[in-house]
Amino acid sequence: MQSATQHLSWTKPLTPPAVVLPLKTGIITGLLAIYSAAVGILKLFFERDVIVDTLTLGDLFLATLAACCGAYVWRKSTQAGHIRAAQAFAAGLIAGLILVGLVVAVTQLNLRWMFTALSADLSRTLTYKQGALAGSLMIIAASMSAALCGALLMSMSDSLRRSLLWSMACVLIAGVFQELIQISLRFGGAVAAIRELLYVWGGLTVQGAAIVFFFAFVVLQALDARKRRGAATTLKSPAPKARSQLASALLLIAVLIAFPLVAGSYIGQVMMLVSLFVLMGMGLNIEVGLAGLLDMGFVAFFAVGAYTIALLTADSEYALAQDTFLPSLNFWSALPFAVLAATLVGVLFGLPVLSVKGDYLAVATLGLGEIVRVLVISDAAKPVLGGAQGILQIPKPHIGSFELADPVSLFYLTLVFVLVAAYIAWRLEGSRLGRAWMAIRDDEDVAQALGINLVQSKLLAYGLGAAFAGLAGAIFATMLTSVYPHSFSLLISINVLALLIVGGMGSLPGVIVGAILLIGLPEVLREFDEYRYLFYGALLIVVMRVRPEGLWPSPQRKRELRAAEKG
Amino acid sequence: MTTPIKAAQRLGETQELAPVLLRTSDLTMRFGGLTALDKVNVDVRRGSIHSVIGPNGAGKTTLFNCIMQANRISSGDIHFASERLVGLTPDKVAAAGIARTYQNIRLFTGITAIENLLVGMHRQLKSHWWEAVINSARCRLDEKKAHEEACEILNFIGLSGRGDMLARNLSYGDQRRLEIGRALCTKPKLLMLDEPTAGMNPREITEMMHFILRIRDVFNLTIVLIEHQMRLVMQVSDTVTVLDHGVKIAEGDPAHVKSHPAVIEAYLGRAAHRQEQPA
Repeated sequence: MQSATQHLSWTKPLTPPAVVLPLKTGIITGLLAIYSAAVGILKLFFERDVIVDTLTLGDLFLATLAACCGAYVWRKSTQAGHIRAAQAFAAGLIAGLILVGLVVAVTQLNLRWMFTALSADLSRTLTYKQGALAGSLMIIAASMSAALCGALLMSMSDSLRRSLLWSMACVLIAGVFQELIQISLRFGGAVAAIRELLYVWGGLTVQGAAIVFFFAFVVLQALDARKRRGAATTLKSPAPKARSQLASALLLIAVLIAFPLVAGSYIGQVMMLVSLFVLMGMGLNIEVGLAGLLDMGFVAFFAVGAYTIALLTADSEYALAQDTFLPSLNFWSALPFAVLAATLVGVLFGLPVLSVKGDYLAVATLGLGEIVRVLVISDAAKPVLGGAQGILQIPKPHIGSFELADPVSLFYLTLVFVLVAAYIAWRLEGSRLGRAWMAIRDDEDVAQALGINLVQSKLLAYGLGAAFAGLAGAIFATMLTSVYPHSFSLLISINVLALLIVGGMGSLPGVIVGAILLIGLPEVLREFDEYRYLFYGALLIVVMRVRPEGLWPSPQRKRELRAAEKG
Repeated sequence: MTTPIKAAQRLGETQELAPVLLRTSDLTMRFGGLTALDKVNVDVRRGSIHSVIGPNGAGKTTLFNCIMQANRISSGDIHFASERLVGLTPDKVAAAGIARTYQNIRLFTGITAIENLLVGMHRQLKSHWWEAVINSARCRLDEKKAHEEACEILNFIGLSGRGDMLARNLSYGDQRRLEIGRALCTKPKLLMLDEPTAGMNPREITEMMHFILRIRDVFNLTIVLIEHQMRLVMQVSDTVTVLDHGVKIAEGDPAHVKSHPAVIEAYLGRAAHRQEQPA
């Protein structure tokens, strides 16, 4: 007992939290930097300019890491202001030293046999193409000042910090997506003048970055001030709020219609993909977000929709029209059957797992989803479904004599379906059925004791969710003009679930945000494609830690989690 | 002393007039080797407040679960009004006209107070799910009526103005009353309250007592009450059933039960005898 207290009194002055905190944070930050260098993503970041010849994405990434480190120390520390700043400074120093350690290791040892990305080239880039000594000092100085900036940001008022961060994000977007934005601004006149002001051929200029930053900053501050004034004077009555919501929704739709026309067909294709995932996300949102039925086999419904379209419309030997009395249908007349088939499978899918709850439900649905995929690929189903070779020559939809062939027109088609689906989901959410789903999500037994028919409600959730996925699958099949079993892997189920988590469970706008971030962004940033799942993992962890309610939560879920925090 | 006598008088009246609403016949519930309820016969008369008491683990809550058909009973029978409940699912039991609350409050914590009540009204709303999508006239009327009724209930349980609060943010007493309000929303004939005063102070218990009497009178209900607060049991009950280790050991009006030797033994053990012997 005595030795224990002695031991305590010995160790305590040696490692007070004031030293441990920056040490720990600095080491973690340094290791993160080393990790990103070792897996090779840092190298790719260095090749992408944010501001032409001035700032690369790699510099920005490292600076952000150090700034986060400083901000974290500032927030966690319980010391007085100047000591906190010193702690942040120290954390930056430690992170910088670790990075210098990496540079030394790369130049002195040959690490390439294990980590191909750790080349002498990388160390040259890291040391700003200066000598070893000067470069190392620069790394440490940069790391320390970035950490200090992070701490400074945390010490600012919420409004100022938010505006600053969002302005920086605007610059980042303007820089990283310069190619895309430049294409969108390719028209003459005033638009061209804006482009020339901000961009040169290779990307964003320093002047352009400054303009974007200040413009965004001023706008954000003005908006913030207006919001504060509005909140202070009168509580907005619900009617104008609803009207402004409707107005912003209409504006969003107008932008969605115009954007692919302006930005070109590649973006049209990306948006098409995103909208397909939005459609699926809305379906899964009914199952998981509202009814709380965790479904890991969601891709099965997507596959059923796609294969139904293929069987009914394709000009191939597997088409039903070939060996049955059924006529060959066009896309529009086959679509209801595809949705119906998916709904039926959804209900069939729901039946065996009706009394399965929680984690077990996830495992059971995972199995059911795999069964569908394995069935499609099996030899037994090969004469009907074409096995691994799939079914080819699925026609594109026509409107009159106009063929919806290019991705942009298919995007518009999907957009229409997304709007319809969103309307249905929105109406159901506030209805008797929606409330029953939420009751089942919160406490199934109590819901049943209040007279809610669990079988009916659950099967409706599975069926409706599946209908949305079937619709998405039908469009997917006609987009690719072919279906293969390998398009319907477990990964799609996981992607849809992940976008729900990132966007916010039970929230329709959240589905869109999640789909843009997890599906759209990786498509636009093709060069980082290898690291897509690294990005997924990091984003999921960050969202779960920092914003567990998702990026755009439903108002109710937001209240809930905030309340839990307070309580 | 006056209150038990009054209760007994009222019992006398009701016993002669009121028919049996709920009857369990030889109800037995076994969990593996444990017999939670052993051939329990209980008659609950229409319009009465029927208390079920007993030491912890006596099988009181199990009795509720069995009536609600949340557990499949081992043997015996349960009849409600003229309907046989055994074999139904809990939602069918609710449809027959039984609602319950729980010992540890089980609200839908993630939704608001008024939404909790609206979930309770689920069975009253007749519109189909697709009518909500097309926003049919019947659906709108249904929703409007449900909202009005929910607001009335909200008033009755003393939560007016707090309808938009999340259920989990309500105070403890409010949560208790909201849970009762949610049960009332199903328009039951029989309301089963599982320890409605658990964790309350004496003043709150008195309030709850008056509240329970008011529910019975306003909604014209029959109430089955599990309770540990003897003061409340003795004052509001018409009939008291005492369970111990799954066996019904006594039944009758509060005064009768209070002085029943088996009840005293179940609650106090044989301490009285042991004290007498050495003396």
